[in-house]
Amino acid sequence: MNNNAIKELLYKMADDLLIIGHRNSEWTGLGPILEEDISFSSMAQDKIGQSQALYQLLHELGEQDPDTLAFSRSAAQFHNCQLVELPNGEYDFSLVRHFLFDHADQLRFEMLANSSYEPLAKVARKVKGELKYHVFHANTWMVKLGSANEESHTRMQAALNQAWNYALGIFEEGSFEEELATTGVFEGEKELFNKWLANITPQLLKAGLILPAQDTWMPIAGGRIGNHTAHLSPLVEEMSEVFRIDPSAEW
Amino acid sequence: MYGNAYIDPNEKAAGILAGEDPQKLAEFEARIARGEKIEPKDWMPKEYRKQLIRMIEQHAHSEIIGALPEGTWITRAPGFKRKLALMAKVQDEVGHGQLLYSAAETLGKSREAMINDLITGKSKYSNVFNYPAFTWADACVIAWLIDAGAIINQVANAKGSYGPYCRALDRICTEESFHLKYGHDNVVTLATGSPVQRKMVQEALNRWWPPIMHFFGPSDKISNHTEILMRWKVKMATNDDMRQQFLNMYVPKIWDLGLTVPDVNLKKNEATGKWDYTEPDWEEFKRVINGDGPCNAERLAVRRNAEERGRWVREALNTTDSKYIVPLA
Repeated sequence: MNNNAIKELLYKMADDLLIIGHRNSEWTGLGPILEEDISFSSMAQDKIGQSQALYQLLHELGEQDPDTLAFSRSAAQFHNCQLVELPNGEYDFSLVRHFLFDHADQLRFEMLANSSYEPLAKVARKVKGELKYHVFHANTWMVKLGSANEESHTRMQAALNQAWNYALGIFEEGSFEEELATTGVFEGEKELFNKWLANITPQLLKAGLILPAQDTWMPIAGGRIGNHTAHLSPLVEEMSEVFRIDPSAEW
Repeated sequence: MYGNAYIDPNEKAAGILAGEDPQKLAEFEARIARGEKIEPKDWMPKEYRKQLIRMIEQHAHSEIIGALPEGTWITRAPGFKRKLALMAKVQDEVGHGQLLYSAAETLGKSREAMINDLITGKSKYSNVFNYPAFTWADACVIAWLIDAGAIINQVANAKGSYGPYCRALDRICTEESFHLKYGHDNVVTLATGSPVQRKMVQEALNRWWPPIMHFFGPSDKISNHTEILMRWKVKMATNDDMRQQFLNMYVPKIWDLGLTVPDVNLKKNEATGKWDYTEPDWEEFKRVINGDGPCNAERLAVRRNAEERGRWVREALNTTDSKYIVPLA
């Protein structure tokens, strides 16, 4: 099995989870109601814990330890999709992003639960159980806010339109798609995208929201090869601010 | 954390019991004396209700405002272990706020009304959160020593007379004991770490010592008012007793770590068994509690902004289950 192919897969997944977890945690103390403050914090803890488990797999493949990987790389060394690095914006955008990303990630981990790369399959079997609740949370809120009143509907639709092309960037293909598929590690981004679209379409319908017209779809890619928006660099700086005071120290 | 529900010990007692039915009052006091808990639908004096609402509400506000200075360090916490633990801790604090607002609601004031009183500055929260957490070490000192102070206060109040508050506090104290361990572990790590880390934590302790000494409130003058509140088991220990308990438990631990306390007069008086210390600056305490501290305006502005930005969500939640349909034209 090609370790570089597996590493590429692990890096993008781990980075997605770390960065969206970090963004989720920014809602702490600021949620629209206390219960949502608490929900976003729970999801953030899950996601950051999941990213740690994936960095650990990378470490076992010879990469640096999880703390060093997470807290000392520069923005250009991150492989997350751009969707997760965008600022939280208002609750509408955070929620739509959460919906779009978590549907994709739940499916990704479901697919990986049967991966031929057993260490990843093992992590995936645990993670998919956690993500089930994240998706449940997203679905519930999408339906409620998508059709509660004119303001909430308008906001949610606008947020969906704004997030959409970034969400398509989740499925940016890597250089080892075919190899990962033929060796049974991961079926690939195309397959994932198709399943995702099939899953979210009825949910959006239920929420009274309209998928942007297909001829306007323009996937915003680049994140997987280290091309990021201007928002990632300050996030990474902030995240590693204390760690960098003395990376060799125990904190 | 976080709350020290602070009751002004010097408020006048006059009029507290005016208009209360003497027989009902006697029965109420007898129940409390027997160690029974008062429940939401039971008869209670107006002043009892008023003081409890004020106390529980302040405590709840302290939890959610207290989440702000610590919350800013979640995004900077060094390493997975600290990041995950701090997120869980601050989440607990917000959860305590939720629990306490519910306890206060049983006395007849809605969560919304309480939050409105918070953001308009009408009701208070723990004064310590009007000070900034400059460095990671400040967040560590808060997690250890402010939580330690809060536990002393809350363990005392958990033995009070109002059932819903006591039950909330029991659960809160269990979680707090983990926060204390978390905070202590952080401070130990810094205090036994590199010279830079040691310096950080000593400076943070120096900054936080005055607010910590303020934390339990000014000396109690034994007034009629205090006496009634203590008889009703609303107030369970005097401010000075709690401060002494804190010093007794934590000053030796601070010294054990090789850290110093910025008070040259701090020592245990062997004759009295109590701690001598420089009297905290109560003028500053008053000034800060009345709005003129380093972070009062910022804390309330952040909270107000969050309320404002979340309004549409709360309004959407209040709509009935009938669906909004986009008009065709």
